[in-house]
Amino acid sequence: MSTETITPIKAKEPKERLFSPANKKLIKDPLNDSNPITVQVLGICSALAVTVQMKPSIVMAFSVVVVCAFANLVISLLRNTIPNRIRIIVQLIIVAALVILVDQVLKAFLYDVSKQLSVFVGLIITNCIIMGRLEAFAMANKPWPSFLDGIGNGVGYGIILVLVSAVRELFGSGKLMGFQVVPDAMYKMGYFNNGLAILPPTALIVVGIIIWIQRSKNPKLIEPK
Amino acid sequence: MENVNIFIKAIFIENMIFAYFLGMCSYLAISKTVKNAVGLGFAVIFVLGVSVPVCYLLENFVLKAGALSWLSPNYADVDLSFLSFIMFIAVIAAIVQLVEMIIEKFVPALYGALGIFLPLIAVNCSILGGALFMQEREYATIGQATVFGLGSGVGWLLAIVSIAAIREKIRYSNVPPPLRGLGITFILTGLMAIAFMSFMGVAF
Repeated sequence: MSTETITPIKAKEPKERLFSPANKKLIKDPLNDSNPITVQVLGICSALAVTVQMKPSIVMAFSVVVVCAFANLVISLLRNTIPNRIRIIVQLIIVAALVILVDQVLKAFLYDVSKQLSVFVGLIITNCIIMGRLEAFAMANKPWPSFLDGIGNGVGYGIILVLVSAVRELFGSGKLMGFQVVPDAMYKMGYFNNGLAILPPTALIVVGIIIWIQRSKNPKLIEPK
Repeated sequence: MENVNIFIKAIFIENMIFAYFLGMCSYLAISKTVKNAVGLGFAVIFVLGVSVPVCYLLENFVLKAGALSWLSPNYADVDLSFLSFIMFIAVIAAIVQLVEMIIEKFVPALYGALGIFLPLIAVNCSILGGALFMQEREYATIGQATVFGLGSGVGWLLAIVSIAAIREKIRYSNVPPPLRGLGITFILTGLMAIAFMSFMGVAF
């Protein structure tokens, strides 16, 4: 008797479907309109140094997606029990625990890439994207939307990382993902790899140009004078 | 001489901003006026100068493989280095909190000036970066670690003050609208980084 009365209520209770428009927007927005790197200016610190080649930057992007999504999920589950005054330390400890897991997995299965990334895996802890999303989103929202928000922002960060690394690897060493792309005939005709593209400053200039292209296609992002 | 060398290297050749892009977020966000940039720069020097030696002690007496052997010879093969991220970040967060309280108590004027920037330093990548580079490079003495921390801080101050000065002036220039603000700052930083590369190979 009682179960019959409860079931219809339970069926109605999940008001939103898992991929309702509002939730889809959480994933889509960070890819362009509120991209963490080019619009929110978060997470530039560790982003630029790992983009010499595509392989480490894809690994880095994937690690950030994982850490960001799960840190958002955990903080969102705990959001009502964290005392406000010590929330930054709590957030840092949770993120640090997740990063240690990622670091150990990378060391076990992708040792050469983890050597290339060196300290930058550890620096995911202080990656402003993660802290920023925890503060701005996960502390005030339910677990599932927070999880999606984490994935969206991680992927938005990853896109820029992969774009920058593709440009730098193509011009810097004539390769993509470690495979030769520029044919030998070009080198025989006098083409040279641009040594500057491997050096760190180019990453900044490439991001500057990406911002330029993105904002000229999307004028509402232009900063007021 | 070794210390001078480390100091110069940390400021110019291995500059936190121009060579490793560490602390970029606060570098871009706080560099709109020179006054704020100077305040944040000095706070970063102070925190780096304190936290790197503390992390050095932690690394050499607790975390490194065999570091615990001063407690008892039984611990000679204990390796806690996988805990270093969590220990370093906890130390840094605690030091930032401590520095905030000390400044608030004894130098209220400076506290008022730094205000919101102090807690932000805990998530400034250059601090954790400094600690992790110290771990990776295995400095021989605590003196060298301290000099490295101070040098990295000075380099960071130099970078943020110079970009702030440029941004104050560039407000009057005719930058293409899509590049205004963030875009041009990125490109300027890239050009400055190329200039800083000319220090490569300088040694005493």
